[in-house]
Amino acid sequence: MKKVLFACVVLALTAFTNHNQHAGGYHVGDVATDFSLKGTDGNMHSLSGIENANGYVVIFTCNHCPYAKAYEDRIIQLQAEFGPKGYPIVAINPNDPSVVEEDSYDNMKKRYSEKGFNFLYLIDEGQTIYPQYGATRTPHVFLLDKNRVVKYIGAIDDNASNADKVKERYLANAINALIAGETPSPASTKAIGCSIKKKK
Amino acid sequence: MVFLGLLKTNSMGQNVVRYEKFEELQEVYTNGSPDTTYVVNFWATWCRPCVKELPYFESIHAAYKDSAVKVILVSLDFPNTIDSGLVPFVKRKGLKAMVAVLKDGNANRWIDMVDTSWSGALPGTLFVHGKYRRFYEKSYETPEGLKTDLLKAIRNKEL
Repeated sequence: MKKVLFACVVLALTAFTNHNQHAGGYHVGDVATDFSLKGTDGNMHSLSGIENANGYVVIFTCNHCPYAKAYEDRIIQLQAEFGPKGYPIVAINPNDPSVVEEDSYDNMKKRYSEKGFNFLYLIDEGQTIYPQYGATRTPHVFLLDKNRVVKYIGAIDDNASNADKVKERYLANAINALIAGETPSPASTKAIGCSIKKKK
Repeated sequence: MVFLGLLKTNSMGQNVVRYEKFEELQEVYTNGSPDTTYVVNFWATWCRPCVKELPYFESIHAAYKDSAVKVILVSLDFPNTIDSGLVPFVKRKGLKAMVAVLKDGNANRWIDMVDTSWSGALPGTLFVHGKYRRFYEKSYETPEGLKTDLLKAIRNKEL
Protein backbone atom coordinates (compact mmCIF):
# COMPACT_ATOMS: atom_id res chain seq x y z
CA MET A 1 0.00 0.00 0.00
CA LYS A 2 2.75 2.38 0.99
CA LYS A 3 4.59 1.57 -2.23
CA VAL A 4 1.50 2.29 -4.30
CA LEU A 5 0.97 5.56 -2.52
CA PHE A 6 4.60 6.50 -3.06
CA ALA A 7 4.31 5.67 -6.77
CA CYS A 8 1.22 7.87 -7.00
CA VAL A 9 3.00 10.78 -5.36
CA VAL A 10 5.98 10.39 -7.68
CA LEU A 11 3.67 10.21 -10.69
CA ALA A 12 1.74 13.26 -9.57
CA LEU A 13 4.95 15.20 -9.01
CA THR A 14 6.36 14.19 -12.39
CA ALA A 15 3.14 15.12 -14.14
CA PHE A 16 3.16 18.49 -12.44
CA THR A 17 6.78 19.17 -13.37
CA ASN A 18 6.24 18.19 -16.97
CA HIS A 19 3.13 20.24 -17.25
CA ASN A 20 4.54 23.45 -15.90
CA GLN A 21 8.19 24.14 -16.51
CA HIS A 22 8.12 27.16 -14.19
CA ALA A 23 6.60 25.24 -11.31
CA GLY A 24 9.62 26.15 -9.17
CA GLY A 25 8.96 29.89 -9.39
CA TYR A 26 6.86 32.10 -7.19
CA HIS A 27 3.20 32.73 -7.68
CA VAL A 28 1.29 35.70 -6.32
CA GLY A 29 0.84 35.10 -2.57
CA ASP A 30 4.14 33.26 -2.05
CA VAL A 31 6.80 34.67 0.26
CA ALA A 32 9.91 35.54 -1.75
CA THR A 33 13.39 34.82 -0.50
CA ASP A 34 15.74 37.58 0.58
CA PHE A 35 19.27 37.49 -0.83
CA SER A 36 22.70 38.98 -0.49
CA LEU A 37 23.99 40.07 -3.87
CA LYS A 38 26.84 42.29 -5.02
CA GLY A 39 25.87 45.69 -6.35
CA THR A 40 27.64 47.94 -8.83
CA ASP A 41 28.95 49.86 -5.80
CA GLY A 42 30.97 46.78 -4.76
CA ASN A 43 28.86 46.19 -1.62
CA MET A 44 26.56 43.30 -0.82
CA HIS A 45 22.87 44.18 -0.68
CA SER A 46 19.80 42.46 0.70
CA LEU A 47 16.13 43.47 0.86
CA SER A 48 16.21 43.52 4.65
CA GLY A 49 19.07 46.01 4.49
CA ILE A 50 16.90 48.62 2.74
CA GLU A 51 15.57 51.15 5.22
CA ASN A 52 12.03 52.58 5.25
CA ALA A 53 10.74 50.10 2.68
CA ASN A 54 7.00 49.46 2.45
CA GLY A 55 7.71 46.91 -0.27
CA TYR A 56 10.24 46.00 -2.92
CA VAL A 57 10.21 46.15 -6.71
CA VAL A 58 12.53 43.34 -7.80
CA ILE A 59 13.26 43.54 -11.53
CA PHE A 60 15.36 40.92 -13.30
CA THR A 61 16.99 42.86 -16.11
CA CYS A 62 20.33 43.17 -17.87
CA ASN A 63 22.58 45.24 -20.11
CA HIS A 64 22.38 43.49 -23.46
CA CYS A 65 18.70 42.75 -24.08
CA PRO A 66 16.92 45.31 -26.30
CA TYR A 67 13.74 44.88 -24.25
CA ALA A 68 15.70 45.61 -21.07
CA LYS A 69 17.34 48.62 -22.74
CA ALA A 70 13.97 49.91 -23.90
CA TYR A 71 12.87 50.02 -20.27
CA GLU A 72 15.97 51.61 -18.67
CA ASP A 73 14.59 55.16 -18.71
CA ARG A 74 11.20 53.98 -17.49
CA ILE A 75 12.81 52.11 -14.58
CA ILE A 76 14.70 55.29 -13.63
CA GLN A 77 11.35 57.15 -13.70
CA LEU A 78 9.66 54.47 -11.60
CA GLN A 79 12.40 54.72 -8.96
CA ALA A 80 12.02 58.51 -8.89
CA GLU A 81 8.25 58.11 -8.54
CA PHE A 82 8.00 55.23 -6.09
CA GLY A 83 11.37 55.09 -4.29
CA PRO A 84 10.42 58.04 -2.06
CA LYS A 85 7.09 56.32 -1.33
CA GLY A 86 8.89 53.32 0.13
CA TYR A 87 8.88 51.07 -2.94
CA PRO A 88 12.52 50.97 -4.03
CA ILE A 89 13.57 49.25 -7.23
CA VAL A 90 16.10 46.44 -6.89
CA ALA A 91 17.41 45.42 -10.31
CA ILE A 92 19.12 42.03 -10.60
CA ASN A 93 21.12 40.87 -13.62
CA PRO A 94 20.49 37.09 -13.82
CA ASN A 95 22.61 36.33 -16.90
CA ASP A 96 25.86 34.41 -16.93
CA PRO A 97 28.60 36.70 -18.27
CA SER A 98 30.43 33.74 -19.83
CA VAL A 99 27.43 33.45 -22.20
CA VAL A 100 26.91 37.19 -22.74
CA GLU A 101 30.00 39.31 -22.09
CA GLU A 102 27.92 42.50 -22.20
CA ASP A 103 26.27 41.43 -18.94
CA SER A 104 29.55 41.10 -17.00
CA TYR A 105 29.91 42.80 -13.64
CA ASP A 106 32.32 45.39 -15.09
CA ASN A 107 29.89 46.19 -17.91
CA MET A 108 27.09 46.52 -15.35
CA LYS A 109 29.15 49.10 -13.47
CA LYS A 110 29.76 50.92 -16.76
CA ARG A 111 26.08 50.93 -17.71
CA TYR A 112 25.13 52.02 -14.19
CA SER A 113 27.23 55.18 -14.42
CA GLU A 114 26.56 55.89 -18.12
CA LYS A 115 22.79 55.88 -17.56
CA GLY A 116 22.92 57.36 -14.06
CA PHE A 117 20.82 54.55 -12.57
CA ASN A 118 19.12 55.75 -9.36
CA PHE A 119 18.42 52.21 -8.13
CA LEU A 120 20.39 49.19 -6.91
CA TYR A 121 21.81 47.09 -9.74
CA LEU A 122 22.91 43.69 -8.43
CA ILE A 123 24.45 40.61 -10.02
CA ASP A 124 23.02 37.12 -9.42
CA GLU A 125 26.47 35.52 -9.15
CA GLY A 126 26.16 31.74 -9.42
CA GLN A 127 22.60 32.18 -10.74
CA THR A 128 20.96 30.97 -7.53
CA ILE A 129 18.30 33.67 -7.00
CA TYR A 130 16.48 33.99 -10.33
CA PRO A 131 15.42 30.29 -10.44
CA GLN A 132 13.88 30.62 -6.96
CA TYR A 133 11.84 33.60 -8.13
CA GLY A 134 11.01 31.81 -11.36
CA ALA A 135 12.24 34.61 -13.59
CA THR A 136 12.43 33.45 -17.21
CA ARG A 137 13.20 36.61 -19.14
CA THR A 138 14.53 40.13 -18.93
CA PRO A 139 12.85 42.33 -17.88
CA HIS A 140 10.71 40.34 -15.41
CA VAL A 141 9.15 42.11 -12.43
CA PHE A 142 8.28 40.75 -8.97
CA LEU A 143 6.53 43.28 -6.70
CA LEU A 144 6.76 42.34 -3.03
CA ASP A 145 5.09 43.85 0.01
CA LYS A 146 6.90 44.71 3.25
CA ASN A 147 6.80 41.04 4.33
CA ARG A 148 8.17 39.92 0.95
CA VAL A 149 4.82 38.47 -0.08
CA VAL A 150 4.60 38.48 -3.90
CA LYS A 151 1.82 40.84 -5.00
CA TYR A 152 2.43 41.25 -8.71
CA ILE A 153 4.47 39.37 -11.34
CA GLY A 154 5.08 40.35 -14.93
CA ALA A 155 5.57 43.29 -17.23
CA ILE A 156 6.31 46.94 -16.53
CA ASP A 157 3.65 48.19 -18.95
CA ASP A 158 1.85 47.24 -22.15
CA ASN A 159 4.21 48.71 -24.74
CA ALA A 160 7.88 47.80 -24.72
CA SER A 161 8.92 49.49 -27.93
CA ASN A 162 7.21 52.84 -27.44
CA ALA A 163 6.92 54.53 -24.04
CA ASP A 164 4.67 57.23 -25.53
CA LYS A 165 2.08 54.68 -26.57
CA VAL A 166 1.71 52.97 -23.20
CA LYS A 167 -1.94 52.60 -22.23
CA GLU A 168 -1.57 50.57 -19.05
CA ARG A 169 1.25 51.02 -16.57
CA TYR A 170 0.85 47.57 -15.00
CA LEU A 171 3.66 47.91 -12.45
CA ALA A 172 2.90 51.52 -11.43
CA ASN A 173 -0.78 50.61 -11.05
CA ALA A 174 0.13 47.59 -8.91
CA ILE A 175 2.35 49.70 -6.62
CA ASN A 176 -0.37 52.35 -6.33
CA ALA A 177 -2.83 49.59 -5.39
CA LEU A 178 -0.50 48.46 -2.57
CA ILE A 179 -0.12 52.04 -1.38
CA ALA A 180 -3.92 52.33 -1.29
CA GLY A 181 -4.17 49.06 0.63
CA GLU A 182 -5.75 47.28 -2.32
CA THR A 183 -4.97 44.12 -4.27
CA PRO A 184 -3.25 44.75 -7.62
CA SER A 185 -5.33 43.89 -10.64
CA PRO A 186 -4.12 42.40 -12.88
CA ALA A 187 -1.85 40.55 -10.44
CA SER A 188 0.16 39.06 -13.26
CA THR A 189 0.92 39.93 -16.87
CA LYS A 190 3.19 38.63 -19.60
CA ALA A 191 5.62 40.30 -21.96
CA ILE A 192 8.11 39.37 -24.62
CA GLY A 193 11.66 39.40 -23.35
CA CYS A 194 15.10 37.85 -23.70
CA SER A 195 15.52 34.40 -22.24
CA ILE A 196 17.81 34.27 -19.22
CA LYS A 197 21.26 33.11 -20.27
CA LYS A 198 22.27 30.07 -18.21
CA LYS A 199 25.86 28.99 -17.70
CA LYS A 200 26.66 26.17 -20.10
CA MET B 1 1.03 52.54 -52.88
CA VAL B 2 0.79 49.31 -50.90
CA PHE B 3 1.18 47.42 -54.15
CA LEU B 4 4.35 49.34 -55.02
CA GLY B 5 5.69 48.60 -51.55
CA LEU B 6 5.14 44.87 -52.05
CA LEU B 7 6.83 44.98 -55.43
CA LYS B 8 9.80 46.66 -53.89
CA THR B 9 10.30 44.07 -51.14
CA ASN B 10 9.75 41.25 -53.61
CA SER B 11 12.40 42.55 -55.93
CA MET B 12 14.85 42.46 -53.00
CA GLY B 13 14.18 38.76 -52.54
CA GLN B 14 12.40 37.45 -49.49
CA ASN B 15 9.22 39.27 -48.59
CA VAL B 16 8.52 40.03 -44.95
CA VAL B 17 4.83 39.67 -44.16
CA ARG B 18 3.65 42.29 -41.69
CA TYR B 19 0.90 41.53 -39.18
CA GLU B 20 -0.57 44.40 -37.19
CA LYS B 21 -2.73 42.18 -34.96
CA PHE B 22 -1.96 38.77 -33.51
CA GLU B 23 -5.24 37.39 -34.87
CA GLU B 24 -3.97 37.86 -38.44
CA LEU B 25 -1.09 35.50 -37.70
CA GLN B 26 -3.27 33.10 -35.73
CA GLU B 27 -5.62 32.87 -38.70
CA VAL B 28 -2.77 31.49 -40.85
CA TYR B 29 -2.15 28.42 -38.69
CA THR B 30 -5.66 27.83 -37.30
CA ASN B 31 -7.70 28.30 -40.48
CA GLY B 32 -5.14 26.85 -42.85
CA SER B 33 -5.13 23.28 -44.09
CA PRO B 34 -5.74 20.73 -41.31
CA ASP B 35 -3.31 18.42 -43.12
CA THR B 36 -0.45 20.90 -42.89
CA THR B 37 1.94 20.93 -39.95
CA TYR B 38 2.78 24.51 -39.03
CA VAL B 39 6.07 25.31 -37.34
CA VAL B 40 5.74 28.80 -35.90
CA ASN B 41 9.00 30.10 -34.46
CA PHE B 42 9.05 33.34 -32.45
CA TRP B 43 12.39 35.11 -32.74
CA ALA B 44 14.18 38.44 -33.19
CA THR B 45 17.34 39.51 -35.01
CA TRP B 46 18.96 40.64 -31.75
CA CYS B 47 18.20 37.37 -29.94
CA ARG B 48 21.39 35.28 -30.07
CA PRO B 49 19.93 31.84 -29.33
CA CYS B 50 17.22 32.61 -31.92
CA VAL B 51 19.70 33.51 -34.65
CA LYS B 52 21.77 30.44 -33.80
CA GLU B 53 18.84 28.09 -34.38
CA LEU B 54 17.53 29.81 -37.57
CA PRO B 55 19.54 27.50 -39.88
CA TYR B 56 17.76 24.49 -38.31
CA PHE B 57 14.40 25.98 -39.29
CA GLU B 58 15.76 26.78 -42.74
CA SER B 59 16.85 23.17 -43.23
CA ILE B 60 13.42 21.93 -42.09
CA HIS B 61 11.87 24.30 -44.63
CA ALA B 62 14.17 23.01 -47.40
CA ALA B 63 13.70 19.35 -46.51
CA TYR B 64 9.91 19.52 -46.25
CA LYS B 65 9.00 22.22 -48.73
CA ASP B 66 7.23 19.76 -51.03
CA SER B 67 5.34 18.13 -48.19
CA ALA B 68 2.68 19.55 -45.93
CA VAL B 69 4.98 21.42 -43.56
CA LYS B 70 4.96 25.20 -43.33
CA VAL B 71 7.64 27.08 -41.41
CA ILE B 72 6.76 30.60 -40.27
CA LEU B 73 9.51 32.67 -38.69
CA VAL B 74 7.69 35.32 -36.65
CA SER B 75 10.02 38.19 -35.82
CA LEU B 76 9.32 40.33 -32.75
CA ASP B 77 11.80 43.00 -33.72
CA PHE B 78 10.58 46.45 -32.71
CA PRO B 79 8.36 48.09 -35.38
CA ASN B 80 10.81 50.98 -35.89
CA THR B 81 13.64 48.57 -36.83
CA ILE B 82 11.83 46.45 -39.42
CA ASP B 83 13.09 48.29 -42.49
CA SER B 84 16.48 49.18 -41.06
CA GLY B 85 17.21 45.89 -39.29
CA LEU B 86 14.94 42.96 -40.05
CA VAL B 87 14.55 43.29 -43.82
CA PRO B 88 18.32 43.62 -44.50
CA PHE B 89 18.98 40.77 -42.05
CA VAL B 90 16.60 38.44 -43.89
CA LYS B 91 18.23 39.35 -47.19
CA ARG B 92 21.76 38.99 -45.87
CA LYS B 93 21.05 35.55 -44.38
CA GLY B 94 19.16 34.55 -47.53
CA LEU B 95 16.28 33.15 -45.50
CA LYS B 96 13.95 31.06 -47.65
CA ALA B 97 11.29 30.12 -45.10
CA MET B 98 8.37 32.52 -44.65
CA VAL B 99 9.35 35.49 -42.48
CA ALA B 100 6.63 37.50 -40.78
CA VAL B 101 6.82 40.35 -38.33
CA LEU B 102 4.25 40.77 -35.58
CA LYS B 103 3.73 44.45 -34.74
CA ASP B 104 1.06 43.86 -32.08
CA GLY B 105 2.70 45.70 -29.16
CA ASN B 106 0.44 44.55 -26.34
CA ALA B 107 2.05 41.15 -25.89
CA ASN B 108 0.23 40.52 -22.59
CA ARG B 109 -2.94 40.23 -24.64
CA TRP B 110 -1.71 37.59 -27.09
CA ILE B 111 1.09 35.54 -25.43
CA ASP B 112 -1.51 33.27 -23.78
CA MET B 113 -3.27 32.93 -27.13
CA VAL B 114 -0.10 31.35 -28.52
CA ASP B 115 0.15 29.07 -25.49
CA THR B 116 -0.61 29.58 -21.81
CA SER B 117 2.68 27.91 -20.81
CA TRP B 118 4.76 30.56 -22.61
CA SER B 119 6.31 33.18 -20.33
CA GLY B 120 7.18 35.43 -23.27
CA ALA B 121 10.91 34.66 -23.34
CA LEU B 122 12.47 34.27 -26.80
CA PRO B 123 12.86 31.99 -28.61
CA GLY B 124 9.79 29.77 -28.55
CA THR B 125 8.25 27.45 -31.12
CA LEU B 126 4.66 26.36 -31.69
CA PHE B 127 3.75 23.21 -33.63
CA VAL B 128 0.23 22.98 -35.05
CA HIS B 129 -1.30 20.01 -36.89
CA GLY B 130 -5.09 20.09 -37.07
CA LYS B 131 -6.02 20.54 -33.41
CA TYR B 132 -2.58 19.35 -32.27
CA ARG B 133 -0.76 22.12 -30.38
CA ARG B 134 2.63 21.94 -28.70
CA PHE B 135 4.63 24.94 -27.57
CA TYR B 136 8.26 24.77 -26.51
CA GLU B 137 9.86 27.67 -24.64
CA LYS B 138 13.43 26.78 -25.47
CA SER B 139 16.15 27.12 -28.05
CA TYR B 140 17.27 24.12 -30.06
CA GLU B 141 20.87 23.10 -29.51
CA THR B 142 20.87 20.72 -32.51
CA PRO B 143 18.91 20.33 -35.79
CA GLU B 144 17.93 16.83 -34.57
CA GLY B 145 16.12 18.27 -31.56
CA LEU B 146 13.92 20.38 -33.83
CA LYS B 147 13.32 17.46 -36.17
CA THR B 148 12.20 15.26 -33.27
CA ASP B 149 9.54 17.80 -32.22
CA LEU B 150 8.46 18.25 -35.85
CA LEU B 151 8.06 14.51 -36.44
CA LYS B 152 5.98 14.27 -33.26
CA ALA B 153 3.67 16.93 -34.67
CA ILE B 154 3.51 15.31 -38.11
CA ARG B 155 2.62 11.90 -36.61
CA ASN B 156 0.14 13.17 -34.07
CA LYS B 157 -2.47 15.07 -35.98
CA GLU B 158 -5.49 15.76 -33.79
CA LEU B 159 -8.95 16.35 -35.19
